[in-house]
Amino acid sequence: MTGDPISDDLDFASDLSEARLFQSRIEAALQASHYSESDIFAIKLAVEEALVNAIKHGNQMDPDKRVRVSYRITPDRFDVRIADEGPGFDPTDVPDPTLDEFVERPCGRGLLLIRGFMTDVQYHGRGNEVTMTKVRNGHPPGAE
Amino acid sequence: MASQPARRRRLEVEDIGDIAVVNFVDKKILDEQNIQMIGDDLFRLVDELGRRKILLNFANVDFMSSAALGKLITLHRKLQAVQGKLVMCKIAKDILDVFKITKLDKILSIAADEQAGLQAF
Repeated sequence: MTGDPISDDLDFASDLSEARLFQSRIEAALQASHYSESDIFAIKLAVEEALVNAIKHGNQMDPDKRVRVSYRITPDRFDVRIADEGPGFDPTDVPDPTLDEFVERPCGRGLLLIRGFMTDVQYHGRGNEVTMTKVRNGHPPGAE
Repeated sequence: MASQPARRRRLEVEDIGDIAVVNFVDKKILDEQNIQMIGDDLFRLVDELGRRKILLNFANVDFMSSAALGKLITLHRKLQAVQGKLVMCKIAKDILDVFKITKLDKILSIAADEQAGLQAF
């Protein structure tokens, strides 16, 4: 990678096909930046989970509601912001899916996976906007 | 039901004794968009085709999201309900981390390879 950041800012309809196109674009940019397979997997997974949350839960699959995404790739880190047009939510209201009473539920693991695979995750506003950071393996946080 | 286009096969099923060994056809699978169809195919193995022992071989899988976890949990519970068993094998490290972070590696049977998976029933 030359060191020049890669960034973009776009929005798309609440459609999983659109989300997949965006994910492919992210993956290609990360590969071009020579991120490791593990880092790419982690970012792909977190972006998938966040986009599905935005489309299914935030925008309720409403095709008239948009998902807005911006991202930035540097040699040291990946940052992404994903926002939906829904009412938002409180992440602390989501039960811990690793507890015995919830572990066999078929859903509810998206937030856990996002936090498990990304370096930092923050929710903003009414909870309809999330920022996620992945510091590249072996790079200290904040170094650019 | 009106006629529909031929359904694309997403699973390869091989019977070894009374164990259905299942390989996934697509590499980039088990994401939100196609997991519904894959899940339906897996459930059909139990509900319609009467399989009671299922070994899922993940050798061809390089991505998985939480949507797939839900289907696997449901499949596991379906099999438990009929005194059957689900075992998974050849899971890549990154995907194994998904099971570990969600503590599902404590609930679901995971074997290193297909041979170990067949022995796990």
